[in-house]
This record gives sequence, structure tokens and C-alpha cells, in this order.
Amino acid sequence: MTPFTQLDGLVVPVDRANVDTDAIIPKQFLKSIKRTGFGDFLFDEWRYHDHGEPGMDCANRPRRTEFTLNQPRYQGATILLGRENFGCGSSREHAVWALEEYGIRCMIAPSFADIFFSNSFKSGLLPIPLATETVDRLLREVEATPGYRLLVDLAAQTVKTPSGETFSFDVDPFRKECLLNGWDDIGLTLHHAEEIRAYEAQRRQDAPWLFV
Amino acid sequence: MAGKTLYDKLWDAHVVRADPDGTTLLYIDRHLVHEVTSPQAFEGLKLTGRQPWRRESMVAMADHNTPTDPGFTTIADPVSRLQVETLDANARGLNLRYFPIGDKRRGIVHVVGPEQGATLPGMTIVCGDSHTSTHGAFAALAFGIGTSEVEHVMATQCLIQKKAKSMLVRVDGQLGPGVTAKDIILAIIGKIGTAGGTGYAIEFGGPAIQALSMEGRMTICNMAIEAGARAGMVAVDDTTIQYVQGRPSAPQGALWERAAAAWRELQSDADAVFDQVVPLDAAMIKPQVTWGTSPEMVTSVDGNVPDPAREADPVKRQSMEQALRYMGLQPNTPMTQIKLDRVFIGSCTNGRIEDLRAAAAVIKGRKVAASLKQALVVPGSGLVKQQAESEGLDRIFTEAGFEWREQGCSMCLAMNADRLLAGEHCASTSNRNFEGRQGVGGRTHLVSPAMAAVAALAGHFVDVRTF
Ligand code: SF4
Repeated sequence: MTPFTQLDGLVVPVDRANVDTDAIIPKQFLKSIKRTGFGDFLFDEWRYHDHGEPGMDCANRPRRTEFTLNQPRYQGATILLGRENFGCGSSREHAVWALEEYGIRCMIAPSFADIFFSNSFKSGLLPIPLATETVDRLLREVEATPGYRLLVDLAAQTVKTPSGETFSFDVDPFRKECLLNGWDDIGLTLHHAEEIRAYEAQRRQDAPWLFV
Repeated sequence: MAGKTLYDKLWDAHVVRADPDGTTLLYIDRHLVHEVTSPQAFEGLKLTGRQPWRRESMVAMADHNTPTDPGFTTIADPVSRLQVETLDANARGLNLRYFPIGDKRRGIVHVVGPEQGATLPGMTIVCGDSHTSTHGAFAALAFGIGTSEVEHVMATQCLIQKKAKSMLVRVDGQLGPGVTAKDIILAIIGKIGTAGGTGYAIEFGGPAIQALSMEGRMTICNMAIEAGARAGMVAVDDTTIQYVQGRPSAPQGALWERAAAAWRELQSDADAVFDQVVPLDAAMIKPQVTWGTSPEMVTSVDGNVPDPAREADPVKRQSMEQALRYMGLQPNTPMTQIKLDRVFIGSCTNGRIEDLRAAAAVIKGRKVAASLKQALVVPGSGLVKQQAESEGLDRIFTEAGFEWREQGCSMCLAMNADRLLAGEHCASTSNRNFEGRQGVGGRTHLVSPAMAAVAALAGHFVDVRTF
């Protein structure tokens, strides 16, 4: 996993509440057995006029120009600014893979859905919850300022605006450590293999019916 | 010291190790696997040369992509077919417990787990599927995970977790006639919102929950995720124990007695303290119908489509306007005037035998409205289908003009060929009414099985209580 330390990124707003994972990556793309190939189909129904299908060449598909991801000023964005309950709905990690492949490294919103939130860290993406009023302000500033960037510093747990204003955010210390170092969870857990075996042995005694 | 909640008990019993900051290695007893969220995890395992930690913990089957045409033998869509074949190869290659196409035990994982006794009280249960919360109905700690976590559980039998906050949703009193578990959970979501349970594990309790069958409790826990909570659960009682007894993977003989005694402890202590308590009065709950594109956009069948002009919060107003535009609905329209194109009865929310019985009871001897393009019944599993057929429910449905299909997820998310066309309104017993969920441009209204059945007969919504 690529470590996440600092990110100085262009911001794209998606100004809607309850953006669900079906919207982020529609279900027809879930039929893929691969981990890649989702970036062009990120927000497919909002991004294109026609109906997307896996394997399509997106270069010449008719685009919905009103959707922010299609606007020239937001090209190359790495930070997505959203509303409450971002990423609700299904557990599909494809939503995170699509965001990652598109180039997003960080999402900022007043709140995130739980599964999406934990999925994000697994691909090295950082979800940052900020107060609703702060997000409101950032949304206004982004819309008013072409080329608007934010500086995210994970070690310091801060988001800095172009005017120098700084907001701090919370992040789980364990998740932070993993992101900063680019650690992979499975490797970490297998360091504790002995403890897992000991737990298992005890459980087999106490509740053997669970081991069927 | 305060007593423990059911969630505390389930959590504590599965801690392998915990760091001072609360980061916990949680042991997983059961891992359900389906074709959509597993291929990349199996691939990851292979690439790193790892083996599944405990293959008996895994139960695999294809459900999302499978056709529902009676007697189908192949999957026409090559992309879907490859995904199902990939699961087939992985499951056989690793010698997993697997219900392939053609096995009548196959079905939606969340219907099959409990049916097979693979879901047991006191377990931790995960699946790469957000509706894993369903299994919490058995006083299990059950939640959906992403594909990286699927691989993590395969490789280590554990997950790295932090404990959630606890919420008790207490439903007091008694439900009125015609009002079901589905209406309770839709009413709860209407009250607390789709993010109301975010960060919480919800225990559903109170007399109205205790009065429900296991099927009803599963319907409620199924949609805990629609209230934002990864896990929902209900305490063990006689209903739970009776349901589990005799299931293929349930313990037997002396072990059964021991297990059942242990399971009886799976309830919150009387003096347990929850971080939040949400009370509801069952008697006040009416049959529910969603009008928008989020499950919280719900009202009772005797209500109207709301008017965004009367919403003070600008963000909410904007999403209401967006939803009404998508749904093609005018503010203040009575819900009973919404005309329907299709009706779908099925899914892991309401595709169990009790749901089919409830719908059939209403339909018996009547006909689907001529204005309807399609009315589908898709049993949640092959065994549900077989049971329904042995009770003659299939004939009640087909004589009324419903199509009787093979088991699977079907039109709940339209990954197979069953789907809505743009602009079509559907009364659906599933759990999500998101834009495009049942087909691009499709308009979903979530309801109970009995409400879907009366709507199919009338061609529009009808209050099942006055039917
Ligand atoms: S029936 Fe619907 S909600 Fe349930 S597992 Fe299948 S697709 Fe998911």
C-alpha cells in the first residue's frame, strides 16, 4: 500500500447528501473479478448521459457537463469534498477502488458510512470527517475559487486552506499509523498468529459447536 | 458497575487481543462468501501464497448474478457467468462448503445461513455484503465487510476492529393488524434517519420485537444497515432456540443442551446501559411506503408525498427535490395514487417462507391488475421455494398472474436480467430504493410483502388494513 503522509491537492465538490456506493460505482461494474478498471466508471450515471457497461471505452461517451467531475476546472482533483453520510449503502470496496483509480486520495465530509469509511483505509485513502459548518464553508470557497487546493497533513492531523486557515481532524491512531507507513493489515495480524491459535484452542473447549 | 449489553457480551467473547487504544483483534466464527465481493480476495490469497485459516468457517454460494428463469441451466451474460465460474473454481479448489447452481440449498446467503444452521447464536458472522446484519436476529454479532477484509478473514480468521457505541431501539406495545416487521424497521429508519445508527451497534428489543418470528426479526436486523448501523441484533429467547433446533449445522444431543443453555445468556443485563435508547410505540406504526431515493424517505400508506417547500433545512430540501425529480412525483400526492408498473416480492429482507405466505394470503383467488407489466415472486432460497411449492403457494401466485421464479437476489439489485426500465415504478419488498438500484432510471418503493401483494392487485398502493 502507498503510504499517505501529506497531500496538496485540487478539490472537487460533490454537493449531495447520502451519496451511496451504487452512485459511486453502479452495480454492473461489480461483475468484474479484477481490482482495477473502475476509475473511468466512477459516478457513471452522474458523469455520462448513456448507460455504462464494463469494458466500454469512455473517451467518446457523452458527458453530463453539469457534473463537477466533468468540469475542466476540477480535472486532476485528488480531494473530494462531500456531504453527510458519504458512501452509504452496500459494502462494495469497488467504490473505493474506483475513487482511487480516478485519482482521489482523500475524502472530506461531515460524516461517512461505516463500511465505506473502513474500506477507504484499506486502499490507502483517507476519509476526513469535518464539522458540517466547516464543510459548508469549504464548499462555498471551492465553488468561488477556481484551482482551489487543500493541504492535508496526516501526521499533524490538519487540513489547511489556501488562506492559511487550519482545521484539525480526528483519526484513529492505529489507522493513522498504518496509512503513514503503508502497512498491510494481514501482515500485521499474522504477527499475532500464536495468540489467535491460543484463543481458538480455548474456544474449542468452551463452545465446540461454533467450529462446524 | 453496570451490567453488560448483548453487544458487550458478544464482543468480549471474541477478543483475541486488544490494544490500549481499543484496537481489537476480533475472532470470526462464520464467514459467508458470495461471488461479487470475493474474487479479488481469493486472488489476493493466491498472490501472497496464503491458505484459508479455517476453511470450515466458510460457506459459499452464488446469489447476486444468478438467473431466476425457471429451470435455467446457463448464465447468458458472459461477465456474470465468469464471476459465478470464478467462485465455483475458488470454492472447489479450496474444498469449501459450497452450494453450487443446481443445489436446492443454494440461495441468498442471508437466507441460507440461518436455514442451514450455519448461523448460530453467539457467533461472529461476516460476509462481504452489508446485509450481513440480518444474522444478528440470532443474537450473533454479524456485519458486512469490504473485500480487503474478506481476504483478511480468510487469511487470519480475525478482523481488526474498534468497538461501536450501543443503541437500544425499543419497540413497545403491539402491532396493529396488517402491520409487519418491515413496517417497524421502515418506521425506525424514518425516525432516526439513514445515518442515525452510524457508529452504533443496534439492539432491537421490547415486546413488539419479542413477539416477532425469526423471519420478522431477520427483516428488522437486515435493514439495520439502512439505519447506518453495521450490526443489528435481537436477544435469544424460545423463538430463537426453536428455530435453530434440528438445523443441519446446529449442535445435537448433549452438545445441543450445552449450547442452548449458553445461548440463553445472550441478552442484555437488566442494568446494562446503552449509549442511546430510541423508544417507539408499535401501535402507532402504520403500513409504510417509501416515496424517495433513500430508505428514510418514507411515510405511511395513508400519507402524502411530502412538500419540499415545507422543509426548513436547505440540504434536506435539496435532496427531497432531487428525489422527487428522480421519482417523477409531485408534492402532496396521496401515496395511494402512485401507479405501479412492476411488483417484486423477494430479497434477503422479505424472501422467506413467512413473507411468501403473507403475500399469498392476500392474493389468493384474486388477479394482478391488468395495468401491471410484471409481478415477480423470487424465493430467497431453493428450500424456501420447495417449502412454498409444497404448500401450494406457487399456484396461488401464478394463478393470480405472478411469475414464480428460481431463488436469488434478482430484482433487489438487478445484477441479473430482472430489472426495471427507466421511469417505471415498482413496489418492492427489498431494502434499498437508491437511484438505479433496480435498473437504470427505475423508481423503487419499499413496502412489506402484504403491501406489495395488494399493490399488485390494485395497480397502485392500497392500505392493506382496509383491503
Ligand atoms: S437480496 Fe439484495 S440486499 Fe440481499 S444480498 Fe441480495 S442483493 Fe444484497
